[in-house]
Amino acid sequence: MGELKLMKGNEALAEALIRSGCDGYFGYPITPQSEVIEYLSREATARTGMVVLQAESEVASINMIYGAAATGRRVATTSSSPGISLMQEGISYIAGAELPCLVVNVVRGGPGLGTIQPSQADYFQATKGGGHGDYHLLVLAPYNVQEMVDFVKLGFELGEKYRNPVMILADGAMGQMMEKVELFEQQTRKTSFADWATNGKPKDKERRIITSLFIEPERMEQVNLNLQAKYKAMQENEVRYQTMNTDDAEYILTGFGLGSRIAMKVMELAREKGIKVGLIRPQTVYPFPYQVYKDIAPKVKGILDIEMNAGQMVEDVRLAVGDKTRVEFYGRMGGIIAEPDEVFNYFEKVFLGDK
Amino acid sequence: MTNPISINEVPVNPEIIQDEYLIYKKPSTLTDKPFHYCPGCGHSTVHKLLMELVEEIGIQSDIIGVAPVGCSVFAYDYMDIDMQEAAHGRALAVATGVRRMLPDKYVFTYQGDGDLAAIGTAETIHAANRGENILCIFINNGVYGMTSGQMAPTTLAGMVSTTSPFGRDVKTQGYPLKIGELLSLLPGVAYVTRQSVHTPTNVRKTKKALKQALEYQKQGLGFCMVEVVSNCPSNWKMTPLESLKFVEEKMIPFYPLGDLKVPGGK
Amino acid sequence: MTEEAIFAGFGGQGVLSMGMILAYAGMIENKEVCWMPSYGPEMRGGTANATTIISDTLISSPIISKYDTVVALNQPSVDKFEGKIKTGGTIIYDATNILTPPTRTDIKVFGIPGSETAVNLKNIRVLNMVVLGAFIATRHTVKPETILEALKKVLPERYHNLIPLNKKAFEEGMALIKN
Repeated sequence: MGELKLMKGNEALAEALIRSGCDGYFGYPITPQSEVIEYLSREATARTGMVVLQAESEVASINMIYGAAATGRRVATTSSSPGISLMQEGISYIAGAELPCLVVNVVRGGPGLGTIQPSQADYFQATKGGGHGDYHLLVLAPYNVQEMVDFVKLGFELGEKYRNPVMILADGAMGQMMEKVELFEQQTRKTSFADWATNGKPKDKERRIITSLFIEPERMEQVNLNLQAKYKAMQENEVRYQTMNTDDAEYILTGFGLGSRIAMKVMELAREKGIKVGLIRPQTVYPFPYQVYKDIAPKVKGILDIEMNAGQMVEDVRLAVGDKTRVEFYGRMGGIIAEPDEVFNYFEKVFLGDK
Repeated sequence: MTNPISINEVPVNPEIIQDEYLIYKKPSTLTDKPFHYCPGCGHSTVHKLLMELVEEIGIQSDIIGVAPVGCSVFAYDYMDIDMQEAAHGRALAVATGVRRMLPDKYVFTYQGDGDLAAIGTAETIHAANRGENILCIFINNGVYGMTSGQMAPTTLAGMVSTTSPFGRDVKTQGYPLKIGELLSLLPGVAYVTRQSVHTPTNVRKTKKALKQALEYQKQGLGFCMVEVVSNCPSNWKMTPLESLKFVEEKMIPFYPLGDLKVPGGK
Repeated sequence: MTEEAIFAGFGGQGVLSMGMILAYAGMIENKEVCWMPSYGPEMRGGTANATTIISDTLISSPIISKYDTVVALNQPSVDKFEGKIKTGGTIIYDATNILTPPTRTDIKVFGIPGSETAVNLKNIRVLNMVVLGAFIATRHTVKPETILEALKKVLPERYHNLIPLNKKAFEEGMALIKN
């Protein structure tokens, strides 16, 4: 068993970055995730020699990530919604140039400057592309502080496996809350790098070019086809989710991240009253676990999806389920977190009728 | 584009191709791909100078370049070294990422005026202010070339472009930006020089400046910028010769050549 | 056992660290713990609170509709959270500065002279430890000695000279309930 600690989500994530042998972090402060760059500035360089640099903007930091990732190093940036919007150009280039890196979005309420309180309103942006062009990030949605740690390690591994940017889609609550975490051992930083990495042209070998520019449409289409093949491989191999109490379930609650935590409580409340409720919690929101919803739909009377937005993941749930069962949605917006009681009341109202 | 005739297809007397007769050659660090630049454009000259230096200093395996968005977007097609293509204006942020990961390598950006002094102003100023040990090669021809002749931040007052068709009106369109002078004020900047490639003498001076900047980078002195006042015959709607005359008579009086800052100096 | 509590008061009264010490103690006793603070500008002089959950089993939501226990150090916290206590639940409040006490009759109400006790100890900053003492004496969520162990973890090393004072405050807080 690894070291147990009580840590804030943001700090646990920062600690996991150091321990995963990350070579560089480039970021810009923004609430509610500034603890990440603060923690790294205190700890990282002395412990592993990791580079930590506060950039002049999120636009600059994501482009520093591009340059650093193109040398084959493990690199990461973190931000919150408005900052992630600024990064979208760079993320699109990174996806196009097929560079592995980790981007963390500790989501806050929007649109615009919005609020600093927790939200899940960036699901579409994270899972459907976000910037210009046909691309996807591999998106991991942690539901507790432990997964804020575990998904850093997993995220780097998956990013390098697919040469694809990976996003951790967290929220202000995940970043700010403290929970018990088991930390993995310090990993040594890499000393050898991928063949495609621009580290200086090897003698007697072809030079390496990192670019997303392919001006001939035929070539650009082929690049796109290769990307799509990669996304298909992710869909086949990397779907991750967790189910609870689904065996005898008549109703399914679902949600990602914070929404799934609230769903767990609602499940407890329902089970106390003898209502057979189960839960499905996607851990990867791209690729989305369509099959698990599809399989369970004919066996249940309905699915209630809980999100801190106007209904984003629910579109994927509905796509999976079709007309095989009822899909209902409960959401709060603008930094308000749904309370378990209000969700349970809604559940009773829509599925069991007013009492 | 029609394929140019390969050197191997040109009928020549093999007796002529002897080392002792060689008076000029393309450096081995340039690829065989013909430049796409317009006839008379300064880009090809600066590409060649840089690659000559890479060959002469022997750093082909130790240098990483960052290409911009602009006419030189395909710089990596010609320079036979590891290169990265940056988003418009972001070259110095990208180069910062490279520099921080590879502290022992040479790193340069190659940027035009729109890229460096308009959309990328923040990245330029902050990379310079951090004293990033990077060589920034800045081609200033006062116009957006790739997008066919729109006004640049460095377009001279009164100069005609497709977006200043009556001449740049400084009252409404702002003044031409002297980014070199601006950067030379920053303590993190080691070396700023302004050169040109419109005469053979100036070409030699530019090469000397580039060599100097690479030497400073090797010494870890910080940010260096070599600005090259250049031409754009196509978008200036001039013949190559007329454009060189314009550089001499209009550009250089406003953008005077010489060192703006040297290590330890002003 | 699951204890879903909230510690609420003005920023600067130490409500966040009260919850944090309890969470640390829970972890030392191998329980599942979750500490979820309010955050943002309200922390500066306004009201602050930290939901703290200690459980023998996996913790579900960090967002709670009805608490087992509310600890309130100022009037706005009583006004805000009195209605959010489970039937049969508990409220502990600082009777020194809260002039309008809770009125519900289906909950256990403990008004303790917290600030007065802290002032008598010549350091108002130990108010949170006084009240945490009262909380432990009421709820028995963790052992009192574990709280003192956790205090060493939460308190930065440079303040460890204040541990004896904090220990005394904690013990006096417990005594307020026992007596």
